[in-house]
Amino acid sequence: MATAAVYSSPGFDFSNEIRNNFLASKGIPLPKATSTGTTIVGCIFEDGIILGADTRATEGPIVADKNCEKIHYITESIRCCGAGTAADTEFVTNLISSNMEMHALTHNRKPRVVTAMTMLKQYLFRYQGHVGAALVLGGVDATGPNLFTIAPHGSTDKLPYVTMGSGSLAAMAVFESGWRKGMSREEALTLVKSAISAGIFNDLGSGSNVDACIITANNTEMLRNVEMPNERVQKERTYVFPKGTTAWKKEEVRKLVVQEEVRLVGEAMDTD
Amino acid sequence: MPDMIALSHPASGHPQQRQFNPYSENGGTILAISGADFSVIAGDTRQSEGYSIQTRYAPKVFRLTDKAVLAVNGFAADGNMFVKQVRQRLEWYRHAHAKDMPLRAIARLIQTMLYARRFFPYYVYNILGGIEEDGSGAVYSFDPVGSYERESCRAAGAAQSLVQPFLDNQIYFKNQVPQPGHPHPKHLPLTTVIQLVIDSFTSATERHIEVGDGLEMFVVLAKGSPLYGLENIDGVQEMTATNDGERLFVVRRNLKRD
Repeated sequence: MATAAVYSSPGFDFSNEIRNNFLASKGIPLPKATSTGTTIVGCIFEDGIILGADTRATEGPIVADKNCEKIHYITESIRCCGAGTAADTEFVTNLISSNMEMHALTHNRKPRVVTAMTMLKQYLFRYQGHVGAALVLGGVDATGPNLFTIAPHGSTDKLPYVTMGSGSLAAMAVFESGWRKGMSREEALTLVKSAISAGIFNDLGSGSNVDACIITANNTEMLRNVEMPNERVQKERTYVFPKGTTAWKKEEVRKLVVQEEVRLVGEAMDTD
Repeated sequence: MPDMIALSHPASGHPQQRQFNPYSENGGTILAISGADFSVIAGDTRQSEGYSIQTRYAPKVFRLTDKAVLAVNGFAADGNMFVKQVRQRLEWYRHAHAKDMPLRAIARLIQTMLYARRFFPYYVYNILGGIEEDGSGAVYSFDPVGSYERESCRAAGAAQSLVQPFLDNQIYFKNQVPQPGHPHPKHLPLTTVIQLVIDSFTSATERHIEVGDGLEMFVVLAKGSPLYGLENIDGVQEMTATNDGERLFVVRRNLKRD
């Protein structure tokens, strides 16, 4: 068996840590990761699960994406909302989605939500919180509707209604005052929409639109931008610059079309 | 409680450091633009701390006299106290001289008031806008310890880095080559300036989380200046209080609340 020329330990590579700390002390801090400031929620209703999310992604105080997708696909009847470091939520969710598909294929069964939850928490625990993903995992399987939160260090909660992200307090306030056992689909969707809206309007890290996902035993409905309460107003002026506005220093024209002459030599090949 | 142990044994060897931080940062953005015979001073009305909104309506732009408006941004508590003290000094001036203090004198007053606190500064950026004694529109911008400059346009606060380059391009025509036979104008008309101010704030609201909720825009017109169609603008309100000749208006607009 071939061995690697240089030993590399499994997991994250911390060999640049000393260099990076030195650079930070000299005033060159690490680049900021895109974070999904975020309000994400989940809630159980009479025949399934509803997940909800806002659509703002931030880099510090700057809005990086006004309409991003925070409800990620795990399997057909399991979805996962992500808050925290955008790249981590994206990759951890993709990886577990792949593994769930493999799991389904090897066992010839629809996989369970607890399986995804266990895979996620074991992965996150292994990285001791350095994978910054705070998740709301929900879905319907053979055991019925299941809803979990998974914190970045790998701890989990199983509750009938959950919220995560910087807008979690605003959203939870709505759930605490409005959630009842055995709500109808319409009641639950209205509650999820107002919980996300509470985050959008009261938490600066959350904003723009509401996404929702309704999962029942035999159907998953992704409601992208169910509510768009923050459309931009028309600008007062149009900003069009006349030709020649940009200064230039030199002009160079090159011919990019190459011409060549092809002359037939000998007889044509028999293609019959 | 390790602290308690350390306190009861002060001779334990470890130096203890404690600190109190009297400052905070309350977000928002202000901006001012001057024209030939007018000045526009504007600010959003959101006051925030961290990811929370403290209030959706906290004015950052204040009428000082009929010809001077002051916009204050940074630490809101310092800003409010500073405006209060500037107003008191202007009232004393009025009682002593039976007239309002001229704009350039207010600018120098603000400088000395800020520098007086050189080693415990007011944590605020000030922009003063109004009409000079010669009838021209003016904008003065200050740093927290009193360095100041007269300019024709300035943005400050959370979205300064978003708004100032836009203003440099649209007011000073930076990086724009004029069309042959059409040189850039020295002063822009009031209607254009108001449009640029509104677009600055709606755009900053789109991309900065601390900007939003409301826009408050003051317009100061010089003595004998026409209204330039100001009376037709939505939600305009006159604030003129004296018969000196300058006229003061306020325009209020809603901004996105997310």
